[in-house]
Amino acid sequence: MTKWNYKGIKAKDLPKGAVIPEGGTAADYETGGWRTKHPVLDKEKCINCLFCYAFCPDSSVIVENGKVVGFDLKHCKGCGICAFECPKDAINMEDE
Amino acid sequence: MVATLKELAAKEDKLSPGHRLCAGCGASVVARMILNASTLPVVVASATGCMEVSTTIFPYTSWRSSFIHNAFENSGATMSGVEAAYRALKRKGKMKDEFNFVAFGGDGGTFDIGLQSLSGAFERGHRMLYVCYDNEAYMNTGIQRSGATPMGAWTTTSEVGKKQAGKIQHRKDLTGIMAAHGGYVAQASPSNWRDLVKKAEKAFAFDGPSFINVLAPCPRGWRFPSEQTIEFARLAVETCYWPLFEVEGGKYKINVKPKTKKPVTEWLKPQGRFKHLFKDVNADKLDELQKFVDDQWDRLLALESACRLD
Ligand code: SF4
Ligand code: SF4
Repeated sequence: MTKWNYKGIKAKDLPKGAVIPEGGTAADYETGGWRTKHPVLDKEKCINCLFCYAFCPDSSVIVENGKVVGFDLKHCKGCGICAFECPKDAINMEDE
Repeated sequence: MVATLKELAAKEDKLSPGHRLCAGCGASVVARMILNASTLPVVVASATGCMEVSTTIFPYTSWRSSFIHNAFENSGATMSGVEAAYRALKRKGKMKDEFNFVAFGGDGGTFDIGLQSLSGAFERGHRMLYVCYDNEAYMNTGIQRSGATPMGAWTTTSEVGKKQAGKIQHRKDLTGIMAAHGGYVAQASPSNWRDLVKKAEKAFAFDGPSFINVLAPCPRGWRFPSEQTIEFARLAVETCYWPLFEVEGGKYKINVKPKTKKPVTEWLKPQGRFKHLFKDVNADKLDELQKFVDDQWDRLLALESACRLD
């Protein structure tokens, strides 16, 4: 997150509602600590159908050039949807 | 042409991770798919609800776009005001960029509390998409019944005991209510991602108001393991509990017709909120739910064939 510059802004100048002056700052917040299990990819089995990417609620399946390359463990909550939905059983949920 | 997953994955998600929705939440899958279907930058509003509280905890926001929260009952009105202001600025030459305007609301904020403001926004014909992520109860406040909760479901305000077996009333047909307004109206499910993305693309291209009602299974409120969110969305479609259809220019079109309609019990039984329905005393409730689903499906088929006549 960028440091927001409030210099010279007086209390009366502040907006009445809460304002966050830039988008997507939640990416700095870690939700990976919620996990009890994490997904592990078996690249041999994966056919890059990208269903795991489509169904992940936390945008944590990393895709590069149309191929699954891993998981964003800073944010992955370990829900297991990717492993459950994978048609090739290429994802295994392993204990933390 | 519907975008492929490869094309969608090449773009940065418009909803960033780091939101505090529960593990396995269906709502964020829905929001990701809808927003990623937009080729333009989006302006988003959200009614109070799970999605709003967990994506905008100060100083964090998950929205990689402009976002506005106002109140529970008026995301339809708020977004229509934003869209009207945008049109005025554009007319005066003060703004050139193109945007898609999207409002999200849960079933509480849409079926119940925000229905009047959504109805008004539709009637005035604003060019905006309203998405209801329907998790079938007030989940954010701890699972209270809503107008979307199916009959027989346990919630903390539709209890299970000697006198009552979960919610007494059937859910209301919100998609039908919205279809009566005109515009582009559809019902979708995250399990059928291609259908959902296509509907979002259509809505964004539509020059007027559009509404998509999307089933958003909730592991906590429905009582099922978090990895099965998409599976429950799929079963809802395969049992015809949640038919996928769209209404354009008043014409109904069913998008998915399951080859064999599974009994609704296949969707109900694995969910903890319907556990009590499988006791002998409640057998009539299961029959009633099956009848509700059958009637709804027959009515849709009839509407579709009636629309084909002309
Ligand atoms: S769902 Fe399975 S096969 Fe498909 S891309 Fe993901 S890991 Fe690979
Ligand atoms: S376990 Fe859940 S959060 Fe983690 S990558 Fe898989 S689908 Fe995403």
